[in-house]
Amino acid sequence: MGEELDVSCARPISGAVGEDAPETAEKEQQEKKEVKNMIMVGRKAPDFTAPAYHKGKFVNVTLSDYAGKWVVLCFYPGDFTFV
Amino acid sequence: MSVDSMFVHKMWDETELSKMVDGGIPFPMLSDGAGRVGTIYGIYDADAGVETRGRFIIDPDGIVQGYEVLTPPVGRNVAESLRQIQAFQLVRASKGTEATPSGWKPGKPTLKPGIDLVGRVYMEWKTDMAFDD
Repeated sequence: MGEELDVSCARPISGAVGEDAPETAEKEQQEKKEVKNMIMVGRKAPDFTAPAYHKGKFVNVTLSDYAGKWVVLCFYPGDFTFV
Repeated sequence: MSVDSMFVHKMWDETELSKMVDGGIPFPMLSDGAGRVGTIYGIYDADAGVETRGRFIIDPDGIVQGYEVLTPPVGRNVAESLRQIQAFQLVRASKGTEATPSGWKPGKPTLKPGIDLVGRVYMEWKTDMAFDD
């Protein structure tokens, strides 16, 4: 399930895996278009690594570690919200 | 996955969710500080600073087969997500020789696309099959 994380005061953060996009060019382009690109079905899901809580442990989760399995990736607005 | 830290995930699981689900949440609860992953997936609402209710089905090859995005106040239908996964699994197992028409669920007939089916879907599929019995 990925490497276990040491707990410290710094919050681990998530990010894309692989080569960095040319950030400035992308930012300019996004501002110009003012439209974010939506994911396309039938295309590769963007890979990422994110810190997680899983059954009493803090771990790092990388999407590509789940190759060979069906994955449901769910986003939601926030912990302790109601729905 | 939400913008909450993994520490908040732990407390939410311990204080509330484990009272809904025996043993707590069985899958990893991912933290997406600053909505970086949500932005890549196109579901992060930067004005509100939260992820919207995006749900992505990713197959064993890492291909996005489907997604659904809802605004925060309306919850998902888990049974519909499972139905879609079952449909995608059937299509994959058939190596694309079968397709699941509108309203398909396990046990209902599939379609076998081919030249003989062109213009004749009405013989195989009726509109009442789009609805649950």
